[in-house]
This record gives sequence, structure tokens and C-alpha cells, in this order.
Amino acid sequence: MAAHGIATQHKQGLSNGMLGFILFLASEVMFFGGLFAAYFIARADATEWPPENMLTAEQIARGVKLEVEFALPFIATILLVLSSVTIQFGVLAIRRGDRTALIRWLMVTIVLGLVFLTAQMYDYSQLHFRAGDTVYGTTFYTLTGFHGAHVAGGVIFMGVMLARSMAGQFSAASHEAVEACSFYWHFVDVVWIALFTVLYIVK
Amino acid sequence: MTSIVIPRPEGYARPRSALLDWLTTVDHKKLGILYLYSTMFFFGVGGILALLVRTQLAVADNSFVGNDAYNQIFTMHASAMLFLFIIPVWAGFGNYVVPLQIGAADMAFPRINALSFWLVPPAGILMFSGFLVDGGAAQAGWTAYSPLARGLGPGMDLWIIAVILLGVSSTIGAANFMVTMFRLRAPGMTMFRMPIFCWTMLVTSVLQLLATPVLASALAMLYIDRNFGGAFFDPNGGGNAILWQNIFWFYSHPAVYIMILPGMGIISEVLPVFSRKPLFGYKAFVFATMGIGGLGFSVWAHHMFTTGAVLKPWFGFMTFMIGVPTGVKMFNWLGTMWRGSISFEAPMLFALGFLSMFLIGGINGTFSAAVPVDFALHDTYFVVAHIHYVLFGGSVFAVFAGLYYWFPKIWGRRLNEKLGQAQFWLMFIGFNLAFFPMHLLGLDGMPRRIATYSNESGWEALNMASTVGAFLIATSMIPFIVAVIAAFMRPKDQPNDPWNANTLEWWTTSPPPVHNFDDLPEVHSERPLFDARQSGAGH
Ligand code: HEM
Ligand SMILES: [Cu+2]
Repeated sequence: MAAHGIATQHKQGLSNGMLGFILFLASEVMFFGGLFAAYFIARADATEWPPENMLTAEQIARGVKLEVEFALPFIATILLVLSSVTIQFGVLAIRRGDRTALIRWLMVTIVLGLVFLTAQMYDYSQLHFRAGDTVYGTTFYTLTGFHGAHVAGGVIFMGVMLARSMAGQFSAASHEAVEACSFYWHFVDVVWIALFTVLYIVK
Repeated sequence: MTSIVIPRPEGYARPRSALLDWLTTVDHKKLGILYLYSTMFFFGVGGILALLVRTQLAVADNSFVGNDAYNQIFTMHASAMLFLFIIPVWAGFGNYVVPLQIGAADMAFPRINALSFWLVPPAGILMFSGFLVDGGAAQAGWTAYSPLARGLGPGMDLWIIAVILLGVSSTIGAANFMVTMFRLRAPGMTMFRMPIFCWTMLVTSVLQLLATPVLASALAMLYIDRNFGGAFFDPNGGGNAILWQNIFWFYSHPAVYIMILPGMGIISEVLPVFSRKPLFGYKAFVFATMGIGGLGFSVWAHHMFTTGAVLKPWFGFMTFMIGVPTGVKMFNWLGTMWRGSISFEAPMLFALGFLSMFLIGGINGTFSAAVPVDFALHDTYFVVAHIHYVLFGGSVFAVFAGLYYWFPKIWGRRLNEKLGQAQFWLMFIGFNLAFFPMHLLGLDGMPRRIATYSNESGWEALNMASTVGAFLIATSMIPFIVAVIAAFMRPKDQPNDPWNANTLEWWTTSPPPVHNFDDLPEVHSERPLFDARQSGAGH
């Protein structure tokens, strides 16, 4: 970094890397913003939601039903929110310099993330509609699918953090990547809460 | 005048093969040069496609390329020019110039910078490989409206993936530019002492960061519609075809500023230097740039008046509003030249070309912002005239202004002045011959994106004039290429500051060393080199 730090004026506050990461997250927000906009417009256009009236005879014959399960996604939501808490415990631990606790909390969070993904896959397998079954199916799978991909990305991110901390990296003074990882995970969590609210709760 | 001495970083000069060095470089200057080479290459490719378009349209009832090929050619022409030339060419100038102008040793994230660049050539190859697949390249226009774009062959998918890759490139590039300018400025360089080109790159970056991901989301939806039976844009499944237009223009109107703001920045560097005066109204210019950036998000539906599905008075009004900061800039530029001692070297000529052509482009854009007028002009050649007056007359002239201006810094040699003048006049005349008639054709009702027209339409003479103009533009590239080759055959002989310029890139050698600066002057204003000359310092 020495080579690039010559003219640096602002030494305190957010580091350059962290600032860059937050900007990256801002672009992610805009990406999901576009998808949400599509969803809201589809709902605003619809005369009923879910748009059962848009189903073709062929789809009805195939047994398509535009409805989602509530219980399992609800439990998954609680687990994901919980995982935001557990990763934060990890961050607090490494801020104190406690790497062992960081490793433990990362493991817990990774497991929670994997459980969430498994629940999502299982949930997909139980649904009676596909991505092609009206804009309802399209928006549902697109939104939850892109979110799921981000969860998977977060799990990989945490896996890297875990490997690095097991290799003895990170300390109270230097653990920026862990902070970034937790930001990312909170972001994924917040997106899910928004998704869960509009897809499962708002009628 | 004191100066700050910079310790040399150690171990940066590992000897490597030149090729490997170019392929693995993370130096912002080399990446900037790579950007410039590859974008100029796509400018050439896009230009050849444009000549094909103009050849096809030269005479009535022509069958030179055929309808299907015509659609592919005009689509790929626009896509190459916008996504592979104009947008990344600014990243090229920005890469080379921004760190030097703010006195930094590199961008904030050099490796991410390399990633941004290396996404561009593969995306270009991907997009053009559409010509090899069944059904040919994308042919839904650069705007890829549904339902058209939902139903075409696999070339369309290649196009979608390519544009997503380019979007990723410019999004992460934007974050990189922002952090660089927020964090790596030389001591004493406050935000309001940053060179104008940097400011325009900063606002451009904000637009890219926030708008490009929205385009990516739309492209993802289009891909899902095409490949997974999705119904986003399909009314039969409860979707909405106008949705695409809304999301596309939510990106693409800000994107037109992504395509022009850095050009305005270049002009604002060139005009003061060749008028021997400071930029008139620096702060007003900065605020106008921010204003354009902000308002840019509120006018997208002026592209959609004729759909009837948008709030016309609001979007018409906001579009008029956005003319205001643009007008402010006109005054900045004219005020800068007012009573200056102007000299007409090539960079200045191109800058003046920009001013006059962009003025016309802005005026005919404002015409179309009036809803009733737009109903008559929408989807006619008038709009084609408009976009070329702003994008060619504006942005492309600015590209050449920047090339002539920074060539001595980047390559240590100067482009031949006579050839530069020749290029300018050929291009200027060719440009107006090619594009002015399009206004008249549009007023006469000639629709855009048609492969041919009947000879009863009476459009032949103007179309022929336009085609002649296009070939004149192509001819104007000859003096440019000759000038570049001639320059490369000569030794590097340029002093640090051949133009008596104002900004920090001219403080260091031409070309600069790997680490950019051995020392820096103290920055007390937005014109540190002018200050240094006044106090008798400098090299
Ligand atoms: C004073 C500023 C401007 C105003 C008021 C303005 C207004 C407009 C309007 C109303 C249209 C829609 C015309 C129609 O389709 O019926 C339009 C189209 C367009 N403008 Fe502008 N514009 C301005 C500046 C620019 C700039 C700076 C650029 C790019 C550098 C640009 C690029 C375009 C493009 C690419 C289209 C056509 C898109 C298409 O349908 O393919 N405009 N403009
Ligand atoms: Cu627009």
C-alpha cells in the first residue's frame, strides 16, 4: 500500500478498502432495486394477486397453483436474522483480539447460512409453480434466486474468512476483511427481510 | 514555493518481458493506454459498420446488405459505439489522467482496476461473436425493446451477457474512481481545488455506480424471459412490455451523461489552457455538473412520451430543467474564452467543435422535450440527428481534443499540428454533412431504423449527402492515423508542460515515471502549475 498511500490525506475513519466496499454494496442495492421495481409494477398491473386469472388451461391442467408455503420460509427468516447476530458476535470478538471466538462464531454463521439455503431449496421443490408460470412465478424465483445466490456468495466469503482466521490471520488491530464480510452479510439479511415482507406478508 | 518530496517506493522495477508486463500490469497509466487502444479499436469497428449503414441508405430501394443484415449492422454499430467505445474510452482517459491530476501514485485499487479493463475486450468479442451464430448478431437496436428482444436468436443472449460484463466493469471502475478521488488527493488539494476533468469523472462515476446495476437487473430479467420462460415483459403472463423501457431508460438517460460529462471535463481543461485564462465560474461548473447528475435520474421517461404510459408534463418539465445546468456550462465556456488570448492548436479546435456541435445537440434535444413536438419527431431521423450532435459532435470531438491534448504527456511526443488541423476540418465538415440532413429527413417523417425507403419519398438527395458526409468522416481518420504513426517514429522529446497548462499531470515528466511524481508542488488553488509559474518555481 505504501506506493499508493503517498498522497493520502484522510488517515482516520473508514479505510479506502471499506469505503470501496460500501460503494459496491450501494450498487448491489440498486441492482435489487431494479428487481423489486419489476415486482411492484407487476403487482400494480395485476387485477388479482396471485394472478390466478392469468393461468392458461394448460397450466391449470398441469396442476399449477400460485401459492407459497409460509411456515418454512418463516423459520428460515428467523435463522437468517439470527445469523446476522452471530456474525456480529464474531466481529466484536476479533475487535477484542479473540480469534478463537471469531472462528467459533464464523462456523455458527456459516452453518446458519447453509441451513437457510437448504431450506430454500427444499421450499422450491415443494412449490406448485415454476418460473414460467405467469409473472408471479417469474418474479418469485428471480428475486429469491438472486438473493439465494448472494447468500451462497456470503457463505463462501465467510468460508474464506474462516480459513484465514484458522491460519492465524486477523487481530484486534487488523481485521478489515471480517468487518467487510459482516457488512455484506447484514446486507443480504436486510434484502431478505424486505423480500420476505413483500413476497409472503403484504397482501 | 516549497515542494513535497516523495520517497520512491522500493522494488517496483522488476524486469519482465514487455508482453507479460502489459498483460499483467496494474499501473493506471498502462491500463489507461490499454483502454485507449481497445476503445479506439472498437471505434474503428463501429465506424466500419456505420459506413455499411450509410452505404445501404445512400440510394432508394437499395438491397446492398438486405433487411436482416441491416438490423444486425445498425444494432451492433450503436452497441459498439456506446458500450465498447464512448463509455470505456472515458475510463481510459480517467485512468491515465485522474491519478496524475490529483497527484496520486495510482488508483486506489490497482488490481480491481486491471479487472475493470480486462472485462472489456472479452465482452467485445462476445458481443461480436453474435455474427457467427445462428440467426446472427443482436438486431433489436441498442435499446433492445420487448417484445422484439424476447424473440430473437442466440446473438441476443450474447449481447445481453456482453453488456452485463461491461456493466460490471464500469460499476467497479466507478467505485475505484470515487475512492481514488475521495482519498488520494495531494496535500492541499481540497475537493474544490480538484481539476474539472476529475469532477466530471467523479459525477460520472456516481451515475455509473447507481445506474448501471439497474440496467444489469433489466438485462437479467430479459435473459430470464428469453431462456427460462419468464414473463417479466410478456403481457400474456401478467408481465409488462413497458417495464423494460422504464428500467432501460432509468439507466440510459443517466447513461447519456455518463457518455458526455467527461467530455465536458476535457473541454473544460482545454479551453482555459488555450485561452490563457482560468475557467470562468469553476464552482458554478461543479454545481452544474452535480445538478445534471441529479436531474439525470428524473427525466428518463422523455424517451417514452409516445407510449402514453408516463406522466408527460412532469417528464417534459424536468427535461427542460436539465437544460438549465447545461446552459450554465455554456456560459462557463464562453466566459472562459471571452477576452482570452486564444490560440487555435488542434486540441482547441476540437474543443470549439464540441462547443458548437453540442449547442445544436442540446437545442434539438430540448425541442424533443416538448411533448407535442416529440410526438411528431419520435422515432424519426430527427432523434438520430440529435444523438449524433451530442454523442459525435460532443463526445467524439472531446475524445480527439483529449487525445491531441494529452498525447504529449502519455507518449512523450506531439501529434503533427498540420495533420491535426486537416483532421479537424475534414471531420467537422463531414460530420455536419452527414448529420445535419437527418434533421430535415426527420421533419419530413423518415423513420429511423429502416433498411431502405422508396424513391417516391423524396429522401434520396439528403440521404446521399449524408452518406458522402459519412465517408468524409472516415477520410478524416487518415491524417489522424498518419499523425500517430509519424509521432511514434520520432523520439520522445516533449517537456513536462508543453502547453503551459494548469494541472498537476503537467508537473511530472512526459511520460511520467512508474511512480508518477518525484515531488509535488504545494496545492493552493485549482491551478497549481499556474501558481508555480507565477512564483517562479517549477522544473
Ligand atoms: C440539453 C440536453 C438534452 C435534452 C433536452 C435531450 C432530450 C432528448 C429527448 C427528449 C429524447 C427523446 C427523443 C425521442 O426519442 O423522441 C432524446 C433522445 C436521445 N438522447 Fe438526448 N437530450 C439531451 C442531451 C443528450 C446527451 C448529452 C446525450 C448523449 C451524450 C443524449 C443522447 C440521446 C440518445 C442516445 C437518444 C436516443 C435514444 C434512442 O431512442 O435510441 N442526449 N434526448
Ligand atoms: Cu434522455
